[in-house]
Amino acid sequence: MNKIIKNIRINILKLTHKAKSSHIGSCLSVVEILAVLYNKVLKKKDRFILSKGHAALALYCTLFEKKLISSKILNSFGSNKTILMSHVSHKVNGVEFSTGSLGHGLPVAVGKALKFKINNENNKVFIVISDGEINEGTTWESLLFASHHKLNNLTIIIDFNKIQSMDFVNKVINIEPLKEKLISFGCNVYQINGHDLSAIHKALLKKNNKKPKVIIANTIKGKGISFMENNNLWHYKNPNLQELNNALNEIKKKYA
Amino acid sequence: MRKLFIKQLIKLNKSKKIYLIINDLGFNVIEPFKNKFPNRTFNAGVSEQNMMGMAAGIASEKCKVFVYSIANFSTFRCAEQIRNDIDYHNLPVTIVSVGSGVGYGNLGYTHHALQDYALMRSFPNMLILSPGNNNELISLLNYINKKPQPSYLRLDKDEHEKTQLKTINITPGKIIKLIDGNKRKIILTTGSVQSIAKKMIKNNYKNYSLYSMPMWGMKSKIKVTKIIKNFSEIITVEDHFYDGGFGSWLQESINDTKIKTIIKSKYIKNTVINEVGSKEYLLKKYGPK
Repeated sequence: MNKIIKNIRINILKLTHKAKSSHIGSCLSVVEILAVLYNKVLKKKDRFILSKGHAALALYCTLFEKKLISSKILNSFGSNKTILMSHVSHKVNGVEFSTGSLGHGLPVAVGKALKFKINNENNKVFIVISDGEINEGTTWESLLFASHHKLNNLTIIIDFNKIQSMDFVNKVINIEPLKEKLISFGCNVYQINGHDLSAIHKALLKKNNKKPKVIIANTIKGKGISFMENNNLWHYKNPNLQELNNALNEIKKKYA
Repeated sequence: MRKLFIKQLIKLNKSKKIYLIINDLGFNVIEPFKNKFPNRTFNAGVSEQNMMGMAAGIASEKCKVFVYSIANFSTFRCAEQIRNDIDYHNLPVTIVSVGSGVGYGNLGYTHHALQDYALMRSFPNMLILSPGNNNELISLLNYINKKPQPSYLRLDKDEHEKTQLKTINITPGKIIKLIDGNKRKIILTTGSVQSIAKKMIKNNYKNYSLYSMPMWGMKSKIKVTKIIKNFSEIITVEDHFYDGGFGSWLQESINDTKIKTIIKSKYIKNTVINEVGSKEYLLKKYGPK
């Protein structure tokens, strides 16, 4: 598993540099969550939506590790004529739904969960949303509906990296007390370290009785690269060659 | 047209693949479907964006979804969900809006559907279904049931006269003859304005033929040029603004062609209607003549 995570991070760094693309911090915070989902939790019949579509590269790198997309396709990221746009695209093998505009994934996931539940199908629906998406009205509309219909086949993971586009979440729009808000909306809520593989796995496996499950995954934006961590500059900037080499050295040392 | 819509939807749901979602509207209309298919009918509450996203989610699991609401609530309120989740993914969701034009006249401008074609016809995969009578309505529903796709069904709030129902062969961009007259000069309607068009023929457009086009959209623009060139003059009639409406869609379709057909449009005056009145009153004052 560590090797998978290392590879995902290396590919995110290299491809962001090559494509001169944005959102590297958002990609790095969600790596462990995606790795556990794809390698330990998701079954063929299950559905997964990455609602924070700007972390598309993290998903593509995860799909590559699962051999769902080829190295040729992965390396086309950022070039012309590629299917790998910088927001999640359903044209890519293994991707359930296109996202990019925040707050769209959860209503779709709720629709899928509702369909499975009322037809007594045991498919599960998983979704990762960003902390910025907590600002969206649709998030709360969907939670009301999911909770009313007791959609216990729905698991929402919040990649709570504490930084949204322009600034720290608590400086843009305070969303606290988040856990209490979610509980009051009728969800089972777990709070975990979103980089701890076993904690992620355990929380995902927890049984849901009559409520949708929400996992608040405390993560670090830019996780794994000292000069990218907790700095919203890396929501926008891509690493130059020197920064890329420094970052790759950090990864190599960490996983040596 | 609401009750006939529900009646036909029940008939079509033999496979139980059809879901009906409402946003807390449809009292005394949707109940027959709900009673027959309780686990295919869901009230999303007053939350149109979630409703439309959910519709996409259900439709993405090989189901057909009808989202039923009135006026602008199923269109403008959740426009991006329609664009990204339904049209982009090309999912079989039919968005139903009741109260075309000034159908909800007395409820005021917030409840008038005057710009909805403009929005819905800007989506590449969206098919517009705008019935002008009961036969067109059931035929459109039969079509969309056989060929489920992103679609927008625009219904007249009023029930139309009950006559023997007859299925018509309708395809996108096809015109249906209602009154035979001049072979080259025609009035072409979409939606529930056929009675207005009939009056126009009696008054200022004597002997014009009357046709309707209940199914159209971005994809049928090329096909429609072949129809237009058969006529020397087409007067379009609609209960929508000119800007972004049916008449301007038809005009756009012959731009950059050598077709010389004169297209004139009759529509609801391009203005914010501040005054309140019945549908009949508002149509008489602001509508096509």
